[in-house]
Amino acid sequence: MIDFSVNGKPVDLDVDPSTPLLWVIRDHLGLTGTKYGCGIAQCGACTVHINGEAVRSCVAPVSRASGKAVTTIEGLSSDLSQPLQRAWIEEDVPQCGYCQSGQLMSAAVLLRVKPQPTDEDIDQAMTGNICRCGTYPRIRRAIHRAAGMVAKAGAR
Amino acid sequence: MSTRQFSPERVASASVRHERVRSEVQRRDFLKFSLAASGGLLIGFYFPGVSSQASAQESVNGFMPNAFVRIGTDERVTVIVNHSEMGQGVYTSLPMLLAEELDADWSKVGFESAPVDPKYNHPAFGMQMTGGSSSVWSGLEQFRQAGAAARAMLVSAAATRWNTDPASCRTESGAVFDSSNRKLTYGQLVADAAKLTPPAHVQLKDPKTFKLIGKPIPRLDTPLKLNGQAVFGLDVKLPGMLTAVIARPPIFGATLKTFDDSKARSMPGVRKIVQVPSGIAVIADTFWQAKVARDALRVEWDEGAMRGFSTTTMMQDFRERAKLPGVSVRKEGDAAGTLASAAKKIEAVYEAPYLSHLMMEPLNCVVDLREDSCEVWTGSQFQTIDRANAAKIAGLPAEKVQLHTTFLGGGFGRRANPQSDFVVEAAYVAKAMGAPSKVKVVWTREDDMQGGWYRPAFLHAIEGGIDAAGNAVTWRSRSVGQSIMAGTIFAEMFMKGKAYDPASVEGIDDLPYAIPNIAIESHQADIKVPVQWLRSVGHSHTAFAVESFIDELAALAQKDPYQFRRDMLLKQPRYLGVLDLAAQKSGWGKPLPKGMGRGIAVHFAFGSYLAHVAEVSVTDGKIKVHRMVCAVDCGQYVNPGIIAAQIEGGAIFGASAALYQELTFEDGRLQQTNFNTFPVMRMNECPEIETYIVESNEKSGGIGEPGVPCAAPAIANALFAATGKRVRRMPFRLTEAV
Repeated sequence: MIDFSVNGKPVDLDVDPSTPLLWVIRDHLGLTGTKYGCGIAQCGACTVHINGEAVRSCVAPVSRASGKAVTTIEGLSSDLSQPLQRAWIEEDVPQCGYCQSGQLMSAAVLLRVKPQPTDEDIDQAMTGNICRCGTYPRIRRAIHRAAGMVAKAGAR
Repeated sequence: MSTRQFSPERVASASVRHERVRSEVQRRDFLKFSLAASGGLLIGFYFPGVSSQASAQESVNGFMPNAFVRIGTDERVTVIVNHSEMGQGVYTSLPMLLAEELDADWSKVGFESAPVDPKYNHPAFGMQMTGGSSSVWSGLEQFRQAGAAARAMLVSAAATRWNTDPASCRTESGAVFDSSNRKLTYGQLVADAAKLTPPAHVQLKDPKTFKLIGKPIPRLDTPLKLNGQAVFGLDVKLPGMLTAVIARPPIFGATLKTFDDSKARSMPGVRKIVQVPSGIAVIADTFWQAKVARDALRVEWDEGAMRGFSTTTMMQDFRERAKLPGVSVRKEGDAAGTLASAAKKIEAVYEAPYLSHLMMEPLNCVVDLREDSCEVWTGSQFQTIDRANAAKIAGLPAEKVQLHTTFLGGGFGRRANPQSDFVVEAAYVAKAMGAPSKVKVVWTREDDMQGGWYRPAFLHAIEGGIDAAGNAVTWRSRSVGQSIMAGTIFAEMFMKGKAYDPASVEGIDDLPYAIPNIAIESHQADIKVPVQWLRSVGHSHTAFAVESFIDELAALAQKDPYQFRRDMLLKQPRYLGVLDLAAQKSGWGKPLPKGMGRGIAVHFAFGSYLAHVAEVSVTDGKIKVHRMVCAVDCGQYVNPGIIAAQIEGGAIFGASAALYQELTFEDGRLQQTNFNTFPVMRMNECPEIETYIVESNEKSGGIGEPGVPCAAPAIANALFAATGKRVRRMPFRLTEAV
């Protein structure tokens, strides 16, 4: 049995501990917002947080989450109120949308670590997330926009 | 000529978008999207944006004046979209057309994918499909008419209620008003309107009065894609559904000799292992169990005729082939004679490799097979064909098969397979399991990349000459590559008895430059690698060859490449329009920092004109694209925000192919497996991209594909400007530059 939490809810699963966290999230927990893209930590579509750190869940065995807090895109905010989601809407970022869960989860960690990221910071944090539709210019603008929202809220 | 640029400031206001978020959340509730309690499975049958038989036929609380719209007593307007949403924005642009004529309240407008039915056929192609950058131009009339017809019925219902003349009524934001400003909302009128006969003729709006068309309206599907709610094919889950992963041959055309599944059969979760025409399917409770057991199969294949196939040898053969005359595609003047007498001449060979579509969402398909019916859930671009092919395998009439189109995690042409390969295979698996059965076939990334149906490799050998004044006088090109159409159901429709495939020479056969002597020839290569259309199809390689060679002629003539093109396009105003715009906005001719170079390219594809200017530099042998300025003339347009997104994405798609991507075969085996060996442009490599749209009253053209072709030649020409060296093979390697 493996115990951990997903989006604040406790999970207690009887599953092979070598199963990648991605497939536990998708197939066992039914949370399909986290995507499969490559299976070898090359595209970032499967990015989730384990204790607040960005993890490629396609190569992380579920045992790595044992006793820890996992956050998926469904846990970022259900009402789209998170500044990144708001900024993504304002920049109309997604095209096909398949990679965007992973993009948002990577960006969320970036903004926590660097609330006012430079373009170089964005390059560094987001280069592991592929978008085949080519939404990178809008993702960059949206991250800057979200950082602006957070700064403005903090100044009040 | 007026133009508009899309900068963050120019996109619609934040307040509009917040309203959109609220309405989306309500819609999700409405669609009864359900997640089971902790640790449970997704059991909802209502997927946001995905058709279901129930919703398509729903008449309760709804008024369906025609196949494309349903209006509820709750004021919601649901537009039923007959094209697949694969990123290109059709779930917004097509509803905009309908909502414009309906005078709907845009905050109440939603979308739903159409079920498969002849009434949703593509008006130009006679079947339900998405491709050829055709959704908006082919839907212009259809969706506007549908909206106008619904509006007329609602006005008529209101006028009857008020006992007044319908002509004295007006509509605005989801309501009818009479001359004294009495108001009835559409929701209040649907019951009455449903009893009326749809009008035979309706008057469409004067474009001057448009409120939605032509505006950068935010996409309706954006919120669903930011919190995990959008359902792609891979996300479909039905109660009792199993997952299959398939062992396919390592070489195209190889056949199964023997297999040993003793280990796989005893692995956890494995339910069944069955042979299907494409390989051996391992069926298990979950994907991971199926995948691990699939990898534990021991399979021997008869390798067949493709054993020994090498792309290195193939390209050598192509080069030899190009030395011989091919089938004539276009002939003007005397190319051979004027080449011999030209003041100066040059020849160059351009090469483009096989490419994978590499959609972010690997292929997958869910089949729910019952004795007397079948349901298919997948991200399809070819609904009519996919349903018919699934029905054939299931042994059912097509109307007994429902195909639900989910969101597509990228399509780029791969999900428009003439043989429905990924749908047929899933139907075979379900059939082998025996009805009733519910199965999802999932392709791993490696399965997807190695599964064929690539952009064909091409070689273009071009010779050209200039006269003493530096004017181009001769063009002779020979293109060598596989046909996409030959041997498919599309051969008759598109090849029309021609001895060449138009998709092999599109973008070179319509060479727009004023060159008096032209010979364009085609050689068809007979190779058994399955090939298919990939975003911009033939243009993805012909534009690279044509626009590189024009640049080489300009250098030969010692002329500025922009002016050289300009002088030969004086009778081509729309080419000239985008060329001038891109040059002007890029600051063409202004000095750049040392080590940087600018390159220009112009091209026509899918009804639209594009010009790109790229700025590049080379540091330590590494190519960096800094900026791409794109000008587009797609005629009358619907949503400039979506156009800008498609042009940005197209430039990145084209740049990825130009800089990084190549599929190679050795001994019949594909050498690439995943993103690490077939790279895609990443954030740190992405240039700044500016898009400028030409205001035009010309017929609408496509937008999903035309943004791709100019990227490669603009970058190649910029590399020449920066380094004095030419790259003539994609992906570009400076070590090969001449």
